[in-house]
Amino acid sequence: MTTPATGAHAHAGSHGHEPGHHETSFFHKYLWSTDHKMIAMQYLFTGAALALIGGYLAYVFRMQLAFPGHVVPGYGLVTPNRYNSLVTIHGSIMIFWVAMPVLVAAFGNFLIPLMIGCDDMVFPRINRLSYQIFLLSALILLSSFLVKGGAFGGAWTSYPPLSAKGIYNLSPLGSTLWLVAVALEFVAFLLGGLNFIVTTMNGRAPGMRMWDIPVVVWMIVIASVLFMASVGPLIAGAIMLLFDQRLGTGFFDPGRGGDPLLWQHLFWFFGHPEVYVVLLPALGIVAEIITVFARKKLFGYRTILYTTWATGVLSFVVWAHHQFIAGIDPRMANVFTITTLLISVPITEMIFVYIATLYGGSIQFTTPMLWALSFIAEFLIGGVTGIFLGASGADIYFHDTYFVVAHFHYTFFPSAIIGMFAGLTFWYPKMFGRMLNETLGKIHFWGTIIAFNMIFLPLFITGAAGDQRRIYDYALFPEQMRPELQHLRQLSTVGVMILMTFQVFFLVNFFWSLKHGKRAGENPWLSNTLEWTVPSPPPHGNFAELPTVYRGPYEYATPGRKEDYWPQNAPITPLEEGAL
Amino acid sequence: MLERFATGASTYAPSIDHLILLIAVIVGFWLIVAEIALFWLMARFRRRDGHAPQYVTGEEKHLTKWVTIPHFLVIACDLVIIVPAILVWMNVKQTLPPAQETVRVFSQQWAWSFQQPGPDGILDTADDIRTVGELHVKENTVYHFELRSRDVLHSFSVPVFRLKQDAVPGRTIVGWFKATRTGTFDIQCTQMCGMGHGLMAGRIVVETPQQHAAWMKRVSSPALAASVAPSSDTAADNSKIAEVSR
Repeated sequence: MTTPATGAHAHAGSHGHEPGHHETSFFHKYLWSTDHKMIAMQYLFTGAALALIGGYLAYVFRMQLAFPGHVVPGYGLVTPNRYNSLVTIHGSIMIFWVAMPVLVAAFGNFLIPLMIGCDDMVFPRINRLSYQIFLLSALILLSSFLVKGGAFGGAWTSYPPLSAKGIYNLSPLGSTLWLVAVALEFVAFLLGGLNFIVTTMNGRAPGMRMWDIPVVVWMIVIASVLFMASVGPLIAGAIMLLFDQRLGTGFFDPGRGGDPLLWQHLFWFFGHPEVYVVLLPALGIVAEIITVFARKKLFGYRTILYTTWATGVLSFVVWAHHQFIAGIDPRMANVFTITTLLISVPITEMIFVYIATLYGGSIQFTTPMLWALSFIAEFLIGGVTGIFLGASGADIYFHDTYFVVAHFHYTFFPSAIIGMFAGLTFWYPKMFGRMLNETLGKIHFWGTIIAFNMIFLPLFITGAAGDQRRIYDYALFPEQMRPELQHLRQLSTVGVMILMTFQVFFLVNFFWSLKHGKRAGENPWLSNTLEWTVPSPPPHGNFAELPTVYRGPYEYATPGRKEDYWPQNAPITPLEEGAL
Repeated sequence: MLERFATGASTYAPSIDHLILLIAVIVGFWLIVAEIALFWLMARFRRRDGHAPQYVTGEEKHLTKWVTIPHFLVIACDLVIIVPAILVWMNVKQTLPPAQETVRVFSQQWAWSFQQPGPDGILDTADDIRTVGELHVKENTVYHFELRSRDVLHSFSVPVFRLKQDAVPGRTIVGWFKATRTGTFDIQCTQMCGMGHGLMAGRIVVETPQQHAAWMKRVSSPALAASVAPSSDTAADNSKIAEVSR
């Protein structure tokens, strides 16, 4: 039997990926490609476009909250039903159509074959199908704004009976389209995740042991495992809910022997691991960046992987902390409080490892490094505020308030947005062959980080003061109509506008640098991993000659070497062997 | 700490506030330690000429303590939080003190309505008092509430009581509260319930026993009863209705 690695290469070579057979039409090159890098770009640009839409929705409902009842410039009047649709679709888009495609699919597709030394994914056509289904799901979701009754407005968690019956949610078509879109999106990521796992396990370059795989690849693989293991129950639930909506079944209808709480269990059994599906790739990206720009080996590569697996396993037994007050047996809350707080152990350990990696380094504050460091600084806030919500006694008060909103934005924004910018600014030279402008990059960084904190820090306070979620106007709640709370809401809205304004700097930088940026060369950051050994951008088939791996990915500042980095594929010369 | 943002008006509000303060102190301490460590390392090990980076794998024996010691500290802090969190939870949600009064809370799209015993002190009799949007209770009295929903999920939330409980159609969920302060406070719906979710407000009026008796007398007066309750067989339809306009 051949080694798994050569098997995969032989397979990938058999469907015409040799560099140099290019003469392809626009359609075949950009839309029908099976090249993992092109599929990564498709996911990246689709995800980024949807991020702009999701951001626009956030702008509209934040304007309504800051100035209730006024016409929102660029949208119009926000009616209660539209407000519900806006928050629902904002949440759905940002998690399922931005965080997942960008962090898992775009970076997974671009990085995995390049970092493990493979010429493409093991199943390139499944990969193409995955993106096509994803695109279809996004179009279905967006089309729901145009149908009668408007887009679904029953919150991104879609709890029945509200989501099950048109007479309750008043958007019967919208709720079905939402459900179909979400289910299709899950199918797309099942196909993608399958590819990531199989490719990483079987397609590695000769010599790359499990302990030589870069952390970001491990993180995306673990995220895919979590996703695939948790999504089954929710797909089943989605089909049951679809039947309830369209065929008149009563799976979630208490009047006919069903139970609304069943959906919540199915949803959160998926929903909580999903948090880590989004978080882990971002943590991986940060690990790659801090090692390169601190010129340091990771402080405990294996510790990170053990704690990641521990986090992943624990994430399957914490789901009911979303349901403490949902009407479940109160005794269950005690069990889930314990498991939820215990998950803080591996996660803090992981963050300590990242912080400790900086010790003894030589830190360059480039734009990607600023993003990576800010990820740690901001995610810490998201992590510790989660303790309030995991502790059942305190959750009674905080549940479904803006405190929760602020908390999960402090976890999702660092993962999805900061992680995305960290990864994009770091791998942009590899993706497009040019360097980004550092000045524009730093202006964009500071504007985004300051605006982000300006949006969500005030919401911790309004939440602690009792502001409940998903309310389009607090006029009927005198306790929430205190002027100081309204000022905080307005401050948050101003933050949204600043955040959106500063994205212009990124867009300008991105497109200007495509043409006019400094040429990057193969390895502008003097990094060790395999993707930096090929031309930028890498050609079809990636490697002219498939590499052999001799060592782990984080050999920076190794004693006895002249250079402070040591590429994974550089053979040991006899001279160095003597010195070591 | 929470008192600064939202008044507390039930017997268990202080215990929830203390729990939140305890968590705030513990996690606040660790957050500050971690952020200081992060920023100190960033400043201390910034790139300077003549300072080469060190080669540290983090897997040497004398270095792993930097991860294992925080690890045990985190477990210890978790325990310090878990125990009071569960004690507070059991007090609020799990073990109910004996009821002195019982009220029914009905939720529907998009209003709160309430049923409580009339002067005879017994539920489901002809003199039951039914109100919409406004619940009148006595202070320093243990109330059990029976929470029901007529259509979708709702959540019965009284921020000043630190009370929150979802209403699930098909179930009756029993909880309790004992108000400690008179006044009129907000009732919120905190579970997305459709178009009118933002309109689903109510008020809870906490009164002294004398005020409460006077209110009950007013809404139970024969004149009002005659004006709003047509003759009917069922006890429910016979009960007085005190429609509260806002």
